[in-house]
This record gives sequence, C-alpha cells and structure tokens, in this order.
Amino acid sequence: MNEHVVLMQGNEAVAEGAIAAGVRFYAGYPITPSSEIAEIMARRMPEVGGVFLQMEDEIASIMAIIGASLAGKKVLTATSGPGFSLMQEGLGYACMVEAPIVLLESMRYGPSTGMPTKVSQMDLMQSRWGTHGDHWIIVLSPASVEESYRLTIRAVNLAEKYRNPVIVLSDETISHLREPIDVSVSPTLTDRKLPVEKSGYLPYRTDISLVPAIANIGTGFHTSFTGLVHGESGFQTANGHVAEALVERLRDKLFNNLDDIIQFETDRVEDAEILFVSFGITARGVSETVETLRSRGRKAGALRLVTLFPFDDDRIRQAAGSARTIIVPELNSGQLVLLIKRVFGDSRKVVPMNKINGDLISPQDILDFLQEENL
Amino acid sequence: MRLDFLRSERLPNIWCPGCGNGIVLRALLEAISQLQLDPDKVVLVSGIGCSSRAPAYTAFDNVHTLHGRAIPTATGIKLANPDLSVIVLTGDGDCSAIGGNHLIHAARRDVDITVVVFNNYNYGMTGGQASPLTPAASITTTTPSGNMDRPFDLVNLATGAGATYVARSGIYFTKHLVDHLRKAISHRGFSLVDAVAQCPTYYGRFNRKGSAGQMITSQKDWMVLKNVADKKNPEELAGKVVIGEFVNIIGARQADIDAAKEQS
Amino acid sequence: MPERKSYKITHYRKWCKNCGICVAVCPKKVYEIDRNDRHAIVHPQDCIGCQMCVDHCPDFALTVEEVKDE
Repeated sequence: MNEHVVLMQGNEAVAEGAIAAGVRFYAGYPITPSSEIAEIMARRMPEVGGVFLQMEDEIASIMAIIGASLAGKKVLTATSGPGFSLMQEGLGYACMVEAPIVLLESMRYGPSTGMPTKVSQMDLMQSRWGTHGDHWIIVLSPASVEESYRLTIRAVNLAEKYRNPVIVLSDETISHLREPIDVSVSPTLTDRKLPVEKSGYLPYRTDISLVPAIANIGTGFHTSFTGLVHGESGFQTANGHVAEALVERLRDKLFNNLDDIIQFETDRVEDAEILFVSFGITARGVSETVETLRSRGRKAGALRLVTLFPFDDDRIRQAAGSARTIIVPELNSGQLVLLIKRVFGDSRKVVPMNKINGDLISPQDILDFLQEENL
Repeated sequence: MRLDFLRSERLPNIWCPGCGNGIVLRALLEAISQLQLDPDKVVLVSGIGCSSRAPAYTAFDNVHTLHGRAIPTATGIKLANPDLSVIVLTGDGDCSAIGGNHLIHAARRDVDITVVVFNNYNYGMTGGQASPLTPAASITTTTPSGNMDRPFDLVNLATGAGATYVARSGIYFTKHLVDHLRKAISHRGFSLVDAVAQCPTYYGRFNRKGSAGQMITSQKDWMVLKNVADKKNPEELAGKVVIGEFVNIIGARQADIDAAKEQS
Repeated sequence: MPERKSYKITHYRKWCKNCGICVAVCPKKVYEIDRNDRHAIVHPQDCIGCQMCVDHCPDFALTVEEVKDE
C-alpha cells in the first residue's frame, strides 16, 4: 500500500480536505453526527495557524464564518439537521452578500431531533430551499470518505470562485465510515478575485463573469455589506429594477457556468433499460445492484448525482440515456424523485423507492423492491 | 469630528426628526477621530433596526447583518484579522432580545470588540414595540396597558456575563459619551457602552415625554453620575439612571490563558 | 475686558429635519423653530461657540466655527 494512503473517518476527511483547501477559520457547535469535525478542527486549526471557535449556537457559528470570510479567510462550519435549520438565515445572508463559505451538513434522521445516530437523506430539499426567498446555492454530495475529502476541497474552490455558499451534503453513515484514502496529491486551489483600483470602486460591479471582485474587510476599500437588496455600491435600495437585476445575477453567475459546477457519474447508462438515479450513500448500494442485475442478464445502469444543485434538467435528461424505467432510491419519503419526475414527465416510468426506518438501502432491498413491483 | 468619516452622499439619514441615533453616531465618530484610528482598520458591524443603519453613513468598512447577529459576525471578523478595530452598533432589541445569547457569550469570551447600544427603549423601525430594555409600566404598541415585565439592566447583564469594560452614558451628555466610547474602543477585551438615546416618534409620544428637545434635556433630571450616585442611598436613586464607568478590568483573562497554556 | 469672539454658524438645510433639539440645548437662544415649523437662526451674534447644538444635532446639519480676524 502507498505510504500516503491513510485510514480516515468521513468527518476527518472533511476536516483534512478543508485544511488542504486552505481553510483557516472554523466555527461550529457540537451536534451528532458532525461533532468530530469540530473536535479535529480544535486541534488542527492552531497547528496550521488558523482559528477555531466553539460558538454558542449554530446561528452564531455561521455568522462567525461569514464575518471571517468577508475579512479574507477561507472558512468552514459543520452541522446536522437541527443545527442546519438554525443556520438557514445565515445561509441566505451569505448568498445575498456573496460571502464564500462552506457548510458541511451530515444528514441524520428527522424531522426535529429525530434519531440523531441514524442515517437519512431527508435534508435534500432543505439544502436547496431551506432559507427563504429566491436564492441559488451549490450542493455537493459525497458517496465515500475519499470523496468527502475531494469534494470538500472542491467546495472551498467553488465558494471562492463564485462567491457563493457551498454545502457538502453528507450523511451519518459517510461521516462515521472509515476508509483508506490517498492524501498525497496537493490540490489545485482557487482564490477569490480581488479588486485593484480603489478609485471608483464599486463592490458589486461585475464583469462578464457576473462574480463581483469584493475587497476583503480591512484592506482600505471601505465596502458596504447588507442583506437588504443593494446595487453595485453595496448600499440598500428598494428599487424594483435593481432587485430584479440582483436576483437574476445571483442565479446567472452559477447557471452560466453549469459545465464547471455540475458533476455526475454514470455506469452503463448507454444500453440500460432500467436506470437508477441516486446520490450519496444510497448510490453505493445501487452500484452493487447494477453488477448483480447485469450478471443476471438485465440491462441495468446508474446515474449518481455528485452535484445536487444547481440542478439542470437538460443535463440529467442527456445523462440518463434511454432507459424506459427509472428508479429513484433515497432515504426519505421522496425528494429527489420530484426533480426526476419533472425532468421526464410522462415520457418514462419514474418509480420512487423510499426507506425511512433509519437504515441504509441495501442491494438486497433493491432486488426485493424490483421483484415486488414487477420491475 | 473628522467630517470625512461621514459618507455624506448617503445623508440625510433615514431617522425621524429628533431621533437620538444621529447623536450617538456623531459621538462615536468623534471618539474615533480623537483616537486617531486608521480609517482603513475600523469596521462597523450592525444588526437590524433603526440604529443598525448607522454604519452605512460612515466611510469605514461596514457590515449590516441580520437581526441580532452583529456580535457573532464581528467576532469572526476580529479573529480573522486582529489588527482591526471592530465596533458593533446595535439597538436595545437587537442586542438584548434576539441577540441576547450572542451578547452574553461574547462578553464571557472577552472577545476584543466594542458594542455600542443605541438604547431608545423600544423597537423603532417596526413601530414602537416593547423591548427587553423598555422600562416597567411603559406604554408601547405591544404593551398597550403598560409593560408588565421588568427590563434588563444592561450594565448588570454585561457585567455578570464577564465584560471587562462596561459604561453607560446619555445623549445629552455628549462629552461624557465620547469619553466613554473612546475608552471602550481602546479597551483590550469585550467592551460595552449603553448609550441611552431617545425615540420621540414612538416611545416618547406614547409615554408623554414631550418634544425631542424636552426629551433630551430631561436627561439632566433623571440621570445621575456614578460618583454622585455612589454616595446616595437606594431611595434617593429611585427612578434615576446612573451613568459612568462600571467595569474596567485590564488583563482580566491573562491568568486563565496562562493556566490553559500550562495544561497543554 | 478681552474682545468678545464671534462665530460663524453653518446650517445644512438639506440634512436638517427641524427637530428643535438645537433650540432646546442652546444656552443663548440662538435658534428658533419658526411659524412654518422650520429651523431658523435668529440671534447668531449671541453664539458663544459652545458647540452644544453641533454635538446634539442628530442630522449633522450644523457647524460652528470661530471667526478669526485677518
């Protein structure tokens, strides 16, 4: 085995990935199943010259990382369902002021405090629509410890590049799973674009990228930040045209770059007659199921969403091949399936497969489901 | 006051005629002028409410955050860049109700920020509702028959939570206010100034406090300097508000930090 | 007896909201709110340069400077 291959827990991979990506500020509040990230950061941040803060709650945690981000740091916080609910107002604020932040959410069983040590995928829609108002967000979904490491680095880079919050939507199982990963490759890092010229500086003026070059606090540019609708100057306005232009730009700065942002993996989609669309931990059970079905002569395939949001119907349609039957297994009562049904309408048979008892979807579960449903 | 600290193109301000917020803001800019702080290294952070609009009238970096959330945001800014003078401008509701948890924990941590409370005894922006600092028996739109709750004493609250600099002043006593703002900003550790202002539009009108001019000059009658108050008995101080410096502890945390370092 | 100093009062009409605080705090009754509810400088010659009006103006609408003889 390569000497750079180390055995890591999913939560540890997130922490180490963040450090490799340049994160030097962490603020958080203990919550199962993400607490290990705070514990690791409490030890690791001082070692790398960073700051670790245990805040009084998740509201304070997200606001602290937003403040640190606006002052120039690469930042991370981590939480789970109940804490994620508390972070929603801060998440909307980060979207509005365009603060690059990364938030790790490890999904546990809900609603409310639910079953803290049991896995779910019940926060998919919350990751997209948890905060109020029209807003756009990047959500990445790891399916392994190795991918937790890699996607955390990618999340930091995307946050900096697009000045947008990025959520790494993990789950209880991946958080606590231990797998070997190779940490020898030094990642390519992205830094936020900064302004040069002080005279005539307008923090929210953008070029064709639609991503503003906002100065870090304390660098002499005297920027104004507000969660209120603001024009290029950064100051509040109630002008409807300015509001419309702002909300459209916040969308377009991501949607003009879907090729860069959206990633997915396919497995034998080309000739598949039955296709599984899934994300995160559920995709691992799907992989084995596809093997089994193929060995039995059934043309099965899989599409795994690595980027969950932005969600682009056209890309999903193209990636899904021509399978007549599409099965959407997920650890909730049917959230991803709503999007997949939107993509395909009545043109394919889209079948939800849901498990909500706190256990994973096993390959045998899927095989049993196919039999029961005559699929 | 350095006039270039004002973002004059943003004036006139949005505040009602006779609002005390502008007087606190002016005192703050005067304190910053007297301290000769580098304007590139001053950042003003606010929450939501009338007073939280104040930072946007200044030429400094300014961060208008969410209701109650100025203090944790300021904490993040300060720890990300300790060279900055980070000053939170907040209201009585913003800092003691929705932001109360953040206030006590920032005081407990003794994070090196200054909190200036524009205390006008009510929520002005939303129409004059009661806040945790509204005096008992006062009329507000949410206490139409008089406030049945007792208010926080903000000075005692901050002191109990561990703040290492705590002062109170009033907008009539502008030199006193400037002096204490200056000391608070130069204090190393968590500092809070309860700046008693006024809301003639709501609190003043509902409670028959007279015109803006009468409200401000009346502070002479119901405020007592701390060194005078210290010589009086509680009966003599009934209905009075004591102004002055209540806590000023230098190096309070050093023993704890040294002990923690010893452990590791 | 030293010669009495004189002061120049500048009033920024655009920022003033005619709240009357300057009237209330001025020890020399330099200001009035006039019949049209507008701020008015009625006795500028009585100004002693104490800056009370400047320090208490919520709208940054007043400055008082000593007039220096050339």
